[in-house]
Amino acid sequence: MRSNNFKKTDVIFSDCQHTDGQKYPILESVLKKKPQDIINEIIDSGLKGRGGAGFPTGLKWKFAAAQEQAEKYVICNADEGEPGTFKDREILLKVPGKVFAGMAICGYCINAKKGYIYLRGEYKFMVPELTKFLNEFHTTIQKMGYDFSIQILMGSGAYVCGEETALMESMEGRRGEPRNKPPFPVIEGFNNKPTVINNVETFVNVAMIQRYGVAEFKKLGTHDSRGTKVFSISGDTSKPGVYELELGMKLSDFVDEYGDGDTKAVQVGGASGFCVPRKKFNETIIGFEGVPTGGSMMLFNSSRSMYNVLSNFIHFFAEESCGQCTPCRVGCQQLVQGIKAVKNGAKDEDYLKKLLKLTESMKLTAKCGLGQSVANSFSSIVTNFKEEMIY
Amino acid sequence: MGNIIKLKIDGIVVSVVEGTSILNAAKNVNIKIPTLCYHPDLCVAGNCRVCVVEQEGARTLTASCATPVSEGMVINTNTVKVRTARKHIIELLLSEHNSECTKCYKNGNCELQSLAAEYKITNENFIDLVPLHNYTIDNFSPSIIKNNSKCIRCQRCVRTCEQLQSVSALVVAHKGEHMKISTFLEKSLFDVVCTNCGQCIIRCPVGALIEKNYIEEVWNAIYDPNKHVVVQTAPAVRVALGEDLDMRHGEIVTGKMVSALKKIGFDSVLDTDFAADLTIMEEGTELLTRLKKALVENDKTVALPMITSCSPGWIKFIEHEFPQFLSNVSTCKSPQQMFGVLTKTYYAKKRNLDPAQIVSVSIMPCTAKKFEADRPEMRSSGYKDVDYVLTTRELAVMIKQAGLDFRSLPEEKYDSFMGQSTGAAVIFGVSGGVMEAALRTAYEFITGREVPFTNLEIKPVRGMEGVKETSVKIERTLPEWRFLEGVTLNTAIAHGLANAKKVMQNVASGKANYHFIEIMACPGGCIGGGGQPIPTNAEILMKRSEAIYMEDTGMPIRKSHENPEIVQIYNEFIEKPLGQKSHELLHTNYIDRSEK
Amino acid sequence: MTEIKEMVKILAEKHGRERGALMPILQAVVEKQNFLSEEAMTEIARQLDISAAQVYGTASFYSFLDIKPRGKYVIRVCKSIIAEMKGKKEILKTLENSLKIKVGQTTPDRMFSLLETNDIGWSDQEPSLLINETPYTNLTSEKIINIIHEYRSKN
Repeated sequence: MRSNNFKKTDVIFSDCQHTDGQKYPILESVLKKKPQDIINEIIDSGLKGRGGAGFPTGLKWKFAAAQEQAEKYVICNADEGEPGTFKDREILLKVPGKVFAGMAICGYCINAKKGYIYLRGEYKFMVPELTKFLNEFHTTIQKMGYDFSIQILMGSGAYVCGEETALMESMEGRRGEPRNKPPFPVIEGFNNKPTVINNVETFVNVAMIQRYGVAEFKKLGTHDSRGTKVFSISGDTSKPGVYELELGMKLSDFVDEYGDGDTKAVQVGGASGFCVPRKKFNETIIGFEGVPTGGSMMLFNSSRSMYNVLSNFIHFFAEESCGQCTPCRVGCQQLVQGIKAVKNGAKDEDYLKKLLKLTESMKLTAKCGLGQSVANSFSSIVTNFKEEMIY
Repeated sequence: MGNIIKLKIDGIVVSVVEGTSILNAAKNVNIKIPTLCYHPDLCVAGNCRVCVVEQEGARTLTASCATPVSEGMVINTNTVKVRTARKHIIELLLSEHNSECTKCYKNGNCELQSLAAEYKITNENFIDLVPLHNYTIDNFSPSIIKNNSKCIRCQRCVRTCEQLQSVSALVVAHKGEHMKISTFLEKSLFDVVCTNCGQCIIRCPVGALIEKNYIEEVWNAIYDPNKHVVVQTAPAVRVALGEDLDMRHGEIVTGKMVSALKKIGFDSVLDTDFAADLTIMEEGTELLTRLKKALVENDKTVALPMITSCSPGWIKFIEHEFPQFLSNVSTCKSPQQMFGVLTKTYYAKKRNLDPAQIVSVSIMPCTAKKFEADRPEMRSSGYKDVDYVLTTRELAVMIKQAGLDFRSLPEEKYDSFMGQSTGAAVIFGVSGGVMEAALRTAYEFITGREVPFTNLEIKPVRGMEGVKETSVKIERTLPEWRFLEGVTLNTAIAHGLANAKKVMQNVASGKANYHFIEIMACPGGCIGGGGQPIPTNAEILMKRSEAIYMEDTGMPIRKSHENPEIVQIYNEFIEKPLGQKSHELLHTNYIDRSEK
Repeated sequence: MTEIKEMVKILAEKHGRERGALMPILQAVVEKQNFLSEEAMTEIARQLDISAAQVYGTASFYSFLDIKPRGKYVIRVCKSIIAEMKGKKEILKTLENSLKIKVGQTTPDRMFSLLETNDIGWSDQEPSLLINETPYTNLTSEKIINIIHEYRSKN
């Protein structure tokens, strides 16, 4: 029996005429409100960032709005690089107008005139189309008399640039190395100016909250995880693709719908997320009260080697770490070499314990989310599939 | 001043100014937190993570160097979490580091080694990653050896090269497991814009960046009965050498150093300061000549401002970055090279020695001097004018190797000839010193009056500000200098290449109108040179600087032109400043390296 | 002035000479030249008044800013775990056989370079790859042979 909180929804991709093409009726009504009121609505909606970390969006905007500098920025983080994630691709291809609208609303709320979309280099193919929509958007808001413009800046193949301060470093023409925090971007962000940076999907949610109202938004999801979420579903499934689902579902319901009948594990949240084994499907809630996710859901059936999965993930981290901090740069290399040594018998089983302790330290000491989250997949795969790790 | 913040560290209530880091707040109450990437002269990186502490309420540990205090913060620096994490970080660094400590030049003076000792990292913990890295050693530069297998990626060198020197020859390249400290296209330091200043060396916590040492070569020359080994010592060495030999920062050890050099077996122990006095004679005359041409003859081809040429790091910098101003640089060789060429000409003749027999060694606070001595222009004697350049640190090594108890050595005097000097020469070792020495002599040349000793210290040129400007109005001149009557001489002093760059940009844009500029490549001048004892930082520089000025005050003669040996050498050999002999031996030319 | 220097100068005029212009300039040079040559990096450094090493340090951070000479068409095969599960190995082998080069190499006629890359955002349609900026998904050996053939016949 499926519990009743598994629901497919249609908010993010629906109702395109409200933002696409020549018209942006959402913006017209929004611009009549007071910025403060909009921010309060976003806070009230309980919307949390859709990139994975889940910081309350309204609060972020409130901090930035309180800054008194003349120059502020809105950045849309479209550096979707988490393995198994492709939902921003679909959003930008299908409803780019909603993203622009969300950014414009943010600009209006925090008093920023300039927005940037940092688009990953892998998505360069969509630039001509995006630019076309963007030109229409600029014409439309100009007619409204609203001063806000959006520019697309490109990444060039660096996963860590999805980390917000690394992204800003990259925009400033530097290596994408995450900064020390504090100061946070809302105080000192791009070019050291107050900056709100949100995920693509977060901006769409903002536009939709303004379109349908806070009350409608709050009807979806659970107390800690309001609204719907766009999921990228891949792996051992007969229907890979992008799906919009209500937050707060049970993983078992999800697997019932998308699994191939032999699902052994689901990697929730990509390489930096958690691996949930079959025996825990029933007790796992997808959302901020359970296992959070930026949207990546990778399914593995019993034919798959979890050693290969883990090895692929940590090779990925060892390559994509910016390399500046010790725990992440060297830690990842040790994990790569360590599981190989255990698998081929050069190190005994106990060495896995040592590596688990190491990942705890990485979680505690790495400079940014990348290094801190390596522990997630490592410990969840090693603990749940230990027998597959050893010689 | 900001607000006062109260926080608790290890149960102790600490009050510090807003903006202070947790690390420095802890230091205030004598709690030591280990660091590696942190350096007081540089901006905070927060990348080694060895300084992590536990902050109440925080999800992760906090990098104490990179986190400012906040009101009511509760910090614990010694918890099981902190200790485990720190040990892990040290172990990780060791696993990526070529840990052949006993074969390392920095053995005994390595921050990673000390930390490993402190935390008693004794057993093989993680997999040795060194064989998996294709580590390279760059030893093509005559000044600096860069050994990537020792590097811990703390980026102190990168920040030094960028922030203090505005050179950025060293940068971080690649990412992840392949991230490394590199040069443009991984070329040798010899083939890039590196100025050989060695500021990276004095900030490298490990053995990844070291000076190319010539200790064995010098010992061999000393042991060779057919060689006559002459040594010269630069002004800044005598106020820093003691630091490497268990003495206080900035202790003056001139006499002990001379004594040690004699015991080591140098045939003649002489003083670079003599050549510094000579530089003042030549460079001062050059400046006055340029001024005369510009002011009296209205010669538009005369390059002003004139810029000093003593600092070889600065010379290489201007050759790369501002070649359009090479004619502004004084043609005077540096004191080291003037000394070198005189050793193999004048000194050889006077001592009746075949110059081929002479090995000329210099003790310098500088690594760029090694490169300078190797320049093809520096062979005016017909031989390599200076054969080996040793840093202050290398000399300390030799003194230890010779089994000398430095502290108990008697004070001895330099040999003669070319061993006598003045207070003006000593202050060459500190930023502003060349300017002050030049002004002491020039004042007397132009006015015929002795500088009144009570006002001898020309204060505005002293101090540690990055760029110092002074204007001196010239009055009551002698008849032959009448053209300078009432002229206001504008001067600037810069130390550290980042400051030098600012000054040069102002000159280039026409914003500044100077007559004379003194530039030293290293922060603080030679006392902060790349060959000085490690550590060197702003606080230590102050002590060395005080010592230099104390040495100056204690000298019987304090003006270069009054040095009797200088008077004698002009009489016997050089004839006159900027004369033909002087041009042959004491002056040089520079190379446009901007295409490199 | 050489062709490359001229190109960099025009790019600097278009994007500005602030440090922030570095990424768009690097990207444009790679688009035109397939990689960043020593001459290009030196000229970029000169135009932006930074050191050549800083240009190199930044460029080498980004996988798509090649500092090694590449072919006219750079093929980047996705190597994510999903790609691996869906037959990446087969695609790579087909490409290696068809192009007669190994991963990391460029064909002697400078037409194709074959590389692997991390997730390119098509896990729902693996195996996938990029040829320059164009994604190709749901690949089979047959499909990839046809694609390569098409690129060859373009020239």
